[in-house]
Amino acid sequence: MTATNHTTISRTIDAVWRIESAKLIARLTRMVRDVGLAEDLAQDALVAALERWPNTGVPDNPGAWLMATAKHRAIDLIRRDALHERKTAEIGHEMESTIERAVPDLDAAIDDNVGDDVLRLIFIACHPILSMEARVALTLRLLGGLTTDEIARAFLVPEPTIAQRIVRAKKTLSNARIPFEVPRGDDLTARVASVLQVIYLVFNEGYSATAGDDWLRPALCDDALRLGRILAELASSEAEAHGLVALMEIQASRSSARVNATGEPILLLDQDRGRWNQLLIHRGLDALARAVQLGGARGVYTLQAAIAACHARARVASETDWARIAELYRALSEVAASPIVELNRAVAVGMAFGPDAGLALVDALRAEPSLARYHLLPSVRGDLLMKLGRGTEAREEFERAAGMTKNARERELLRDRARSAAAKD
Amino acid sequence: MRFMVMVKADKNSEAGILPTEELLTAMGKYNEELVRAGVMLAGEGLQPTSKGARVKFSGSKRTVIDGPFTETKELVAGFWIIQVKSKEEAIEWVKRAPNPMPGTEPEIEIRQIFSPEDFGEAFTPELREAEKRIAEGMEQNAKK
Repeated sequence: MTATNHTTISRTIDAVWRIESAKLIARLTRMVRDVGLAEDLAQDALVAALERWPNTGVPDNPGAWLMATAKHRAIDLIRRDALHERKTAEIGHEMESTIERAVPDLDAAIDDNVGDDVLRLIFIACHPILSMEARVALTLRLLGGLTTDEIARAFLVPEPTIAQRIVRAKKTLSNARIPFEVPRGDDLTARVASVLQVIYLVFNEGYSATAGDDWLRPALCDDALRLGRILAELASSEAEAHGLVALMEIQASRSSARVNATGEPILLLDQDRGRWNQLLIHRGLDALARAVQLGGARGVYTLQAAIAACHARARVASETDWARIAELYRALSEVAASPIVELNRAVAVGMAFGPDAGLALVDALRAEPSLARYHLLPSVRGDLLMKLGRGTEAREEFERAAGMTKNARERELLRDRARSAAAKD
Repeated sequence: MRFMVMVKADKNSEAGILPTEELLTAMGKYNEELVRAGVMLAGEGLQPTSKGARVKFSGSKRTVIDGPFTETKELVAGFWIIQVKSKEEAIEWVKRAPNPMPGTEPEIEIRQIFSPEDFGEAFTPELREAEKRIAEGMEQNAKK
């Protein structure tokens, strides 16, 4: 076996793992009713593959091989537990029937619809009993097929921290005896919301990656998109799942347009729209239509997706339907009120109905304590004042904004604007 | 990373003979698996080249050549666009596809799609920053 072959095989095993691991862990969880144990069994099967496949080659159906291997270990474990039970409780022949009952059950489980098991696994990994950090780590590990090391690198955290987080999360789930099920009724909506939050957090972490970061960081966007697409398929009647997918697809469509050659950010309205990925835009618009069709037009993700879609539909920035965006921000502020949403609405209103109308909304926000140190408030205000020809006031606002931002490039940009505002007055 | 996965044409596909019911079912099932895994971005089957054309470029001259074209093995009969983590993963997915031309020995070609700047030099523009803070605000609300 040459070194090259070895590398090829190990890469192939990585790929197989990425494709199969979630299904494998989901099926095993159904059997043993414990996510931690299920993952251990799946990992054991992976180790067996890493030992065997370099010599035997990758089997024709690697997923089935991994499943069979893990299943044998599961049965061994059940037998051992049963044996242990007999020794301590001395319930003689009951053991045999326990195994007999357990084994056909295992086979039945394998034939069952694996998609449902994966969905149950998603709900467990994103269970509200866990901290947000733990949900993120567990989801990427169990459903994204990422290793602990990859998660640590992507989140700029030491590996042992992530490993600890996952161990504790699995223990918490085990102790609380969280059922392996798809929640129903009102509970379902709340639990879906928790899953969506985890996925969008992963996406945003990837989106905020900066030049020079480990490639695993921006790759989080792809991981999140993949998870979102899976969820939208498995829980296809959940409007907000489609809304989130729409939002992520459209945001991802701009990834090649949002920085210039030197890594400086390009504002949405200044981006070269020819560089927006039309395939992702179409996918986003389709997902948005599906969310709306399901009656989710007023969901928080669907509304944000609808706003992103307004930009995506405009062939040039000047064709942007700002009145519609202003209306969508108003709807968003009704379901998820926040001063930031209000500030964004002010920008849209300013674009749609003139700087006076926008300024009135911004001025109403000046007393808002949560925005007191938020540089975009004076920045937006300065922009509106400029448009009204009030250069001196605009300069003050840009300078104030420059003093607030921690980002050096942004500070430079704001100082430039302050200088040109002064020149115009 | 994204890949274009191309199914090459054969005599039957070029003759416009539609796939059998059995193959269509198998393909449908495979596509569903790709979609459910969050991997498939797009996929289409192509009509025979007799319904297509080529435009030949020579200097400033453009000449239209109508199909059909002869070099069957070089022609594309259908494609998928998939998003995966590695070439190996693309290969693993393709190995699971049903034989698109049963009875023959077709080849499916896997080509990586260029995306040099994809998520490369990422930085946070102003509007995007606002969007992110909306998300953070919602998280805060959710925690309340």
